[in-house]
This record gives sequence, C-alpha cells and structure tokens, in this order.
Amino acid sequence: MAATGKQTRSRGSRESMFKVEGLTKVYHTGELDIHALSGVDLTLYEGELAVLLGPSGSGKSTLLNILGGLDTATSGQAWFRGDEITALSERELTQFRRNHVGFVFQFYNLIPSLSARENVALVTEISTSPMAPDEALGLVGLDHRLDHFPAQLSGGEQQRVAIARAIAKRPEVLLCDEPTGALDSKTGVRVLEALTSVNEELGTTTAIITHNAAIKDIAHRVFYFSDGRITKTDVNKRRVTPDKVHW
Amino acid sequence: MLDRKLLRDMKRLWAQALAIALVMAAGVATLILGVGAYRSLDETRSAYYERYNFADIFATVKRAPEGLKQRILEIPGVSAAETRIVKFALLDIEDMAEPATGMAMSIPDYGQVHLNRRYLRSGRFPEPGSAREVTVNENFALAHGFAIGSTFSAILNGNKRTLNIVGIALSPEFIYAVGPGGLIPDPRRFGIMWMSENALAAIFDLEGAFNSVSLKLLRKTDQADVIRQLDDILEPYGGTGAYGREDQLSHAFLDAELKGLAALSRVTPPIFLLVSAFLINMTLSRLIALEREQIGLLKAIGYRPLTIGMHYIKLILIISAAGILIGSVAGTWLGQGLTILYADFFRFPFLIFRRNPDLYVIAAAISGAAALAGGVRAVYHALTLPPAVAMSPPAPAQYAHLGIERLAALKVYSHLTLMALRHTLRWPVRSGLTILGISLSGAVLIMALFTLDSIEFMIDTIFFQSDRQDATLNFNDERPIRIMQAVQQLPGVLTAEPYRTVAVRIRNGHLSRKLAITGKRPDTDLSRVLDLDLQPVTLPETGLVLTQKVAQILKARRGDLVWVEVLEGRRGLKQVPVTEVSQSYLGLSVFMNLDALNKMLEEGPLVSGAHISYDKARTGALYKAIKETPEISGIAIQSASLGKFRETVARTIHMMTAVYIGLSLIIAFGVIYNSARIQLSERAREFASLRVLGFTRGEVSQVLLTELGLLVALAIPLGSVIGYWFAWAVIRGFENDLYRMPFIIEGGTYATASFIVLASAAISAAIVRRRIDRLDMVRALKTRE
Ligand SMILES: Nc1ncnc2c1ncn2[C@@H]1O[C@H](COP(=O)(O)OP(=O)(O)O)[C@@H](O)[C@H]1O
Ligand SMILES: [Mg+2]
Repeated sequence: MAATGKQTRSRGSRESMFKVEGLTKVYHTGELDIHALSGVDLTLYEGELAVLLGPSGSGKSTLLNILGGLDTATSGQAWFRGDEITALSERELTQFRRNHVGFVFQFYNLIPSLSARENVALVTEISTSPMAPDEALGLVGLDHRLDHFPAQLSGGEQQRVAIARAIAKRPEVLLCDEPTGALDSKTGVRVLEALTSVNEELGTTTAIITHNAAIKDIAHRVFYFSDGRITKTDVNKRRVTPDKVHW
Repeated sequence: MLDRKLLRDMKRLWAQALAIALVMAAGVATLILGVGAYRSLDETRSAYYERYNFADIFATVKRAPEGLKQRILEIPGVSAAETRIVKFALLDIEDMAEPATGMAMSIPDYGQVHLNRRYLRSGRFPEPGSAREVTVNENFALAHGFAIGSTFSAILNGNKRTLNIVGIALSPEFIYAVGPGGLIPDPRRFGIMWMSENALAAIFDLEGAFNSVSLKLLRKTDQADVIRQLDDILEPYGGTGAYGREDQLSHAFLDAELKGLAALSRVTPPIFLLVSAFLINMTLSRLIALEREQIGLLKAIGYRPLTIGMHYIKLILIISAAGILIGSVAGTWLGQGLTILYADFFRFPFLIFRRNPDLYVIAAAISGAAALAGGVRAVYHALTLPPAVAMSPPAPAQYAHLGIERLAALKVYSHLTLMALRHTLRWPVRSGLTILGISLSGAVLIMALFTLDSIEFMIDTIFFQSDRQDATLNFNDERPIRIMQAVQQLPGVLTAEPYRTVAVRIRNGHLSRKLAITGKRPDTDLSRVLDLDLQPVTLPETGLVLTQKVAQILKARRGDLVWVEVLEGRRGLKQVPVTEVSQSYLGLSVFMNLDALNKMLEEGPLVSGAHISYDKARTGALYKAIKETPEISGIAIQSASLGKFRETVARTIHMMTAVYIGLSLIIAFGVIYNSARIQLSERAREFASLRVLGFTRGEVSQVLLTELGLLVALAIPLGSVIGYWFAWAVIRGFENDLYRMPFIIEGGTYATASFIVLASAAISAAIVRRRIDRLDMVRALKTRE
C-alpha cells in the first residue's frame, strides 16, 4: 500500500478536516420557508469516522451535501481544512469534489454502461494520485467481479463498487448518505465493513448518515440530528466492529 | 386534478411540445400549400378556358378563301370555327434599342367573336377598319409602361406604321406568350396586337381570305379525326398541319408549369407529411416513455388506467391540435400567397381559390394518427407495468463489452467516450430510429435544395453548351441561302449560321406527333446539338436526330425508320432513319443536317432564319439595321432569354423551393432538438452522478455531445442517400413534354444540407448544454419523485 502520511497520522491528533459554524439552509417553497438547517456547528477531525443519526427530514443530507460541495448554504460558514467551502464558486466546488471528496449514496448511482472496473477507472482517470481500480475494488472485497456491469451485480455489490469508486482517488473525506438504506442487514454489514476498513487503512475521514440507530456503535463519534439542529454529540468509548451490528 | 397536472406538464414540456407541433405543422402546411396551390390554379385555368371559349384545334395556312369556313364547319364534331389573320411584325419601341416582335392578330370588324375571347382590361378594341389602332396584351403593356394612348411603331409587311394603343386585354390563348424562337415568355420583346380584320387584310393582301383558323369541338369528338379532315381541307391552301391544345404553345407551357407544380405537390408534400408523421411518432413515444414513473405513481394512488391513459392522450391531442392548427393556417396562407404569385405571373383575369377540406382532413388524420400511435404505445407500455416497478428508477440496463476496451489503456478515448459509445450501441433500434429521423430531416433539405442545382445545370446546358448564339433572327418567309451573305454583312455580325424549320408529322408505327424539324449545318458552332453525354454532335449526312423525349414519345430508337410527313411547301411522305438521339431539357425538337433536310423537301437551299454572334460594341448599329431589313420578322436575344428564364424560374420554382427549405429547417431543428432533450431526460441521473464525482459541466456535456455527434455523423451520409432518392422521385414526377429537369445534385447541396443538420445539432446541443449546467445534482440523485 502506498504510504501517504494520512494513514500514519494517528486519530485524535485533533487536526480538523471540516469546521462548520452557524450553518443554515432555507428552502423557499411557495409560501412556506423550510428551515432544513437552522444553525449547525460541528467539527470533524482527520481520520475520524462519524455517524450522523436522526429522523428523516432532520437535515442530515442537507448538511452532508453542503460539506461535499453539492449544495450551497443560506448563511453560516463551513471550512475544509483552511478553505472556506461556503465561499467557493461553482467551478471551484467542482474541483473540490473532484480532488478531495468521495460520495456514497443510498442508490448506488453507478454508471450502468460501465463495468465495475470502468466505473472506478472513470474517476481514477481524472485524479492526480489514484490507486489502481483493481486495488480499490480489492479493498471492498470485489476483486472477482471486475468486468461485471452494474446490472449483473447485487445491490450490496453495487454499493461496494460505489465505495471503491469513491475511495480510488484517495480522497481526504468520504461522505456516505444512507449507504445501507436500500440493503438488508447481512449485505449492509458487508458494506459497513468496507467503510470501516477504508477508514482504518487509508485514514479517510468518513461521515455516514443513517436513521438506523444500530449503526451508531461503529463510529468514533455520533451526532444526533433533530429539526435542522445537532441536539447531542456522543463519543463512543467502545466501538464495535460492523459484524456485531444487526437490524 | 389531472387537468391541473396537464397544465403543469404543458408548462414543463412546452419547448419540446412546440418543436413537435412545428414539425407536424410543417408536414401539414406542405400538403395544404402544395396541393392547394396546384388545385386553385388548375381550377382557375379551366374556368378561364371555359368562360373565354379557348379553342380546341388550331391551324395555319398561307392563304385560304373565307368561303372555306363553311366547309370547315361541316366537319362532323365541329361546333364553332373562327378564321383570322395572324402575322408577325418587327416592332420599334422607343424604350428599347433592339427590335421586339409583335404578333398581329385580326378581330372581326362586325359580329361576335366566338372563340378565344379576350378579356378587356381597359380601353376598347380598335375601330373597324382602323390600321392605326391596336389593343395589346397586358404583360406587353406593363413591360413597356404603355397606357391607353401610348404609341409604338411596327413594320407591317415592310411598311413602318405608328400604332396607337386603344385597349389592353388578356386572352386564354396567350397566358404564356412566347415569341418565335423564344424559350420563355418575354413580354418586353414579344407582344400581341389585336387589330381590325379589314385593316390587316388590306395591309397583308388577304382580303376575303384568312391564314389562321381555330375550332371548337363537340364533346366526345375524336380530335385526331377532325385534324385529319381539316388538314385535307387546308392542304391546297398551304396548311402546315392542324394541332390540338397540347401543341398550342401557351397551353403547353402553362400545362407544363402546372404539371410541374402538380408533380412537386404529388411528391414533396406526401414525403414531408410522412417524414413529419414518423418523427412525431418517434419523439412522442420517447417523451411519454419518460413519464413512466409518473404513470406508476398515478396508478399507485388509485387512478384507473383509462383515466391515466386519457390524461396523456389529452396531452398528445393538445400538441397535435396545435401542430395541425399552425400547419393549416400557415399552409392556407402560404398556399394563397403562392397561388396569387402564380396567378399574377400568368395574369389570370380572375382567381378561384379551391377550398380543400379533404386536404385538411388527410393532413390532420395522418399527423394526428401518427402522434396518437406513438404516444398510446408508450402510455400503454407504462400502464402495463406494476406501479412499484414503474415508480422505482429503471433497473440498470444490461450493457455489453465492445471489444475495444483494451484500447483504454492507450488513452485513445476516455471512459466518458466509452459511456457514450456503449449507450448508443445498447439501444440499436432507438439509436437507429434517431439516426433515421435526423437523416430524414437532412433528406428533405436535399430534396428542397437540389432543384436549384438542376436548374443551374439546365441553364448552363441550354445557354452555354447548346444555344450559344447571341441572337436568333427569324425571316418572314423561307429565303434562299444567299440571304446569309446579307446577314453576314449586317453591322457587327461575327458569325452567322443558317437554320431551317419545317412543320412535319413524324410517325413510328401507330405513334405520331406533330413537330418541327430544325435543319442546321453539320459543323454548327453557335447552336449546337448535344448528345446524351452533352457532347456536341456533328449532324449526320442523313437521318434525324431526335431529342430523348421525342424518341420516348415515338418509342423510336437509333436505327429505326420513321415516317416524316411534311406539312409545308411541296409536302410529301418520306421514310427517314433515326441516326442519333440527343439531349434536351426544353421542348420537343428534331434536328437534321440542313442540306439533307432541303434535299428531302425537294426544294432548293432555303433557310428560315439565322443564329448570329455579334460584336457587342456595335449592338446599336446592328439593331438599327435589323429594323430596316424587311426580310427579318423577329429577333430573339439569348441573354434576354436567359435573364427571363432565370426570372421566371425565380418566380415559380424558387418560391416553392424557398418554402420547402423553410419547412425542412423546422423539421431538422425540431427533430434534433427533441432527440437531444429526450436523451438528456433519460440520463439526467447519470449526468448528475458524473457531476458529483467531480466532472465539470463541460466534461459531462461531452458525453451527450459525443452521442449526438455520433448519431448525426451516421445520419448525414444516410440522409444524403435518402435525399438522393427523394430528389429522384421529384425529378421523375416533374418530367413532362416541355421540361425535363436534369437530375443533378451538386456536392454543395449535400454540404449545405449537412451543414444545416449540423447547425441544428449545434444549436440543440447548446440549449441542452445549458440544461446540463443547471442540472440539480441533489434532486437528480434522490429516488426520483
Ligand atoms: N430541494 C428541496 N426543496 C425543498 N425542501 C427540501 C429540499 N431538500 C430538502 N428539503 C427539506 O429540508 C428538510 C431536510 O431535508 P434532508 O436534509 O433531506 O433531511 P434528512 O436527510 O435528514 O432526511 C426536509 O424537511 C426536506 O423536506
Ligand atoms: Mg436524507
């Protein structure tokens, strides 16, 4: 494995990856204003694995989308390392996503016309120091299905391809929005295993959104969301491995 | 509730709906305007002929006594006969240097005119016996700015007279007034002069005699039979053979023109209509296919399939109604404009607009049915899916490896290109249909554009390859060949070549046709005969050179022996071989070596006129001399004919072509725009994924542009092939006795059509590109609502 400084740096060095202050997002829908985020403060540290937990509609996705440069905030500020994301232009946001962020969604969003390997290669083609597509797929345990198209893979396998695609460019952060939402417990566990192993082996800062409370135990820290606010933050004294999780 | 959705759908889809409606409108409009204009003109012509009693049979003689009229009337089947004096005269008109030609035509001093009645636009007819008053045809008056009271000079039987215009008239006999030797009506250089019969008789020594007769037949009379009997009666008086309307110059030209229009309307509009129907069907079915999730949702919340189906059918009906309405209004409006334009050119005294309910019904039915069929198919398909399946995003489609993936390592192409290629090949039928759709839009463009090439080629062949003389002189009678020395002596004349025309009837088996043989010198350099490969022919020492169309009409081939019945002079029946078949786009001609012709006629070396080239610097002197030469009864100036030809063509074919080009443009753009938009909708999710992965807007657009480019690249050659066939169909439909359009499609036409298709693609791409820029990543990535 290529040595990148990132993985050697120990977790808890308190170097912040994301810093968010007073972030709000208001959707103007007709006569009603929806406050998807109403003043969120949070810091994510390098190498940390965070779980964002909360009921549907509590603003988790909105926060993650802003952090990942997919959406813009109404007010407040967010920094990625020293750079203020909330001040970036559309073009700069694209570059930010391209160079620093990996996404995993509930619906895998693979390109159906590209095989597993090609879906990964699609991204490595445009990044500066990527790993080989086969290596990324190996990390998620898919070295035997490289040339299959998405239609030929199960849901769990597709999601692991999506993870491989997200990490192949060695992003600093991996943002996962309900990665197990469409999967059964057994398959979901395999996906979580892939995420934790990436977090451990590459030291990628990882945020996982879920409304499934069982998953919170795999995280270093858990953020509880409600009505567009973070109502509580827990630090897991004892993390569990994904195979201990059931739902 | 659903109706509110309908409104919202229309708002969402308006650009695409409008594009589809416009494509449909183009198809509908073409049918209505093309066929409508033809029908109106045809009807107007019939009514004109009928109301003004246009004759059925025409004949000319040298001189026949008035008493002969009674015998003519006794021919069974003849309902009316009218005798008159018709003579050509050179005109000297103040506003032009070169002499013009006039056709003096008698009108009886007493009693009624029964046949070929004139419509008096203004003024009156000449006073009985007046040798100074004339009524002229309207186009001639307009071309010179003549009004009642204007005067001009004419050389009548060698004497120059000043003529006073007392009236302006129209006649069904001269809708197309083509002077001797002319190819195309030129009202500046050829005019009709109606004069008192007694006066003309006195001038031309034809008292108690006539030299022209026209007949009207009873219904169901055998025309050929009457012609034969009339010829027998007139023969002793120098009859040159009677002929029916089909050989009457004005009728023949007008007929050719209308037939051309009919051909264009028989071939082009149906192609347009079917192409647009196909495109609507294809586009609507794809558009509706995109609605499958909505359909699933509606079904899931309990709407009955029939209700949902009706909802989409209403959507289709709104689009179709808009298309048909726009097409009908535009078609009617353009059709009337075109009819008026033609009618103005022909100077019909009145105009009958045919209402054509059948056309509206046919156009509406075909387009509406195509739209419904396309839409209903897609709606039905979506309705048969269980709601859960319909609502969830479609399962990832099965793709296959192309076998070129290894090249990726060489960086020959990017994965974005691979996406585009695989996607295009994944749906071969759909890609194929899109290619076909785009190529059809290119094909109709070629069909609309190529006529200009054919006409240019025709002009080049006629005016620059074949008839290269500067002018053609007509003598007022056959003259001994000696006269050529005098012609050569005319000021400025560089070369002069004699020709002789003889009226004949040529028979091959049971097929026969009244024609004129033109005799020329074998080595003629000015007015050349061209073979089928457009190479100049040296006229053989014996035998006839038939133009291709004549050979076709008579079913005669090279080497066949045909009968030539001479209708002039000493007459006689000769058997002559066909020694060559030549090319000609205008008229029906037969050529012969001048010496051979004179020998066959058993007459001395006579000529009827001369083709000349002259020094342009001495034009004035030449014209002056010609006006003073009593033997010359007419002059046709080639450059004037060419100008007139272009002008005429510009008024007729170009008009039609311009309209068709406009409609093709709409079709091309409508189709390509819709294809691009649908492609974008189908793949919004994929493109959003790419944006999330950090691909720039430009890179994402590249996928769509590669696909569109691929389809267009394949569509262009296919469109050229289809366009070639369409054009061929038009040429075949266009062919008639007087005109044959050469089938010529220049490279430039393919290039222009391709360019327009590419430009439509580029504009569509630019519009779609803007949509990609505005793609809402977050929304597209959620399960679609
Ligand atoms: N594009 C949008 N337009 C309007 N409201 C939105 C939009 N996206 C999200 N919302 C609203 O914002 C709130 C937070 O949404 P979201 O962040 O997706 O919640 P979660 O991911 O926690 O389920 C919800 O009430 C949702 O309805
Ligand atoms: Mg969410």
